[in-house]
Amino acid sequence: MYTEYIGLTSQKVKNIVERELVRRFAESIGDSHPIYIDEETGKHSRFGANIAPPTYPRVFRTGTIEGLKLPLKGLIHGEQIYHYERPLLVGEEVYCYSKIEDYYEKEGSTGKMGFLKMKRYGEDADGHLIFTEESITIITETVRRSLNV
Amino acid sequence: MTVLKQLSKGASLETTLKAVSRMDLIKYSGSSGDFNPIHTIDEEAKKAGLPGIIAHGMWTMGNLAKLFTPYHEEGFIKDYQIRFSGMVFLDDVLTLIAELDEKNDNLLIFNVKVLNQKDKDVVKGKIKFELY
Repeated sequence: MYTEYIGLTSQKVKNIVERELVRRFAESIGDSHPIYIDEETGKHSRFGANIAPPTYPRVFRTGTIEGLKLPLKGLIHGEQIYHYERPLLVGEEVYCYSKIEDYYEKEGSTGKMGFLKMKRYGEDADGHLIFTEESITIITETVRRSLNV
Repeated sequence: MTVLKQLSKGASLETTLKAVSRMDLIKYSGSSGDFNPIHTIDEEAKKAGLPGIIAHGMWTMGNLAKLFTPYHEEGFIKDYQIRFSGMVFLDDVLTLIAELDEKNDNLLIFNVKVLNQKDKDVVKGKIKFELY
């Protein structure tokens, strides 16, 4: 079971919202809007800078949670939830960490399914929250058995 | 261009994408760093019990948010919640839909979803758009 991991938190890791990565990311989701990629558009926007798409935080490193072992295969991504205090700005430093928020099990048609709720936090250099990113991962009975958890 | 805050309840934003290609998923693997091979390599998808490669759920979720990108001077996506409800395969034709459900002062709440060519939802959720 993963219940013993609830509350575990990683160390903070510094990330930079990199211009070239934002451009590629925006392009890869078919959203090459000038607010993400054109410097002039960014300068003249209300932000005074380019911004990053809302699902961009996937690329951030958020540190590892000591002792947490997850299978590499067979996980199902069930749900994804973003919360923003403001958009991410291209060029800024973001300090990220992750935390195991919850783990619970439910009886499903293929046996007992585990639900792991992991939350990632992004803060500015002064420790003010910019965003959170929550993922709910489903771990099926077959995968749990193979892990002996 | 439409102004979001002038939309009334029930109004929607909608766009249909080009058919999903392997290159779309290769590019997203690279840009996101999610190299799980079930999204790009046929044999690996088959080994995982899938009929073929499937799109990253996050690729679809990323696409859906672009309905709101043109309104960046009006507000921003404050909350974005998605449940992954179906798989997306190669050549699927996806339609992105956001329907205004509620308006409170400076918050616009949309029900959002992506449908495939069979009208089955593959992702579904809510976007709360906060006006400046």
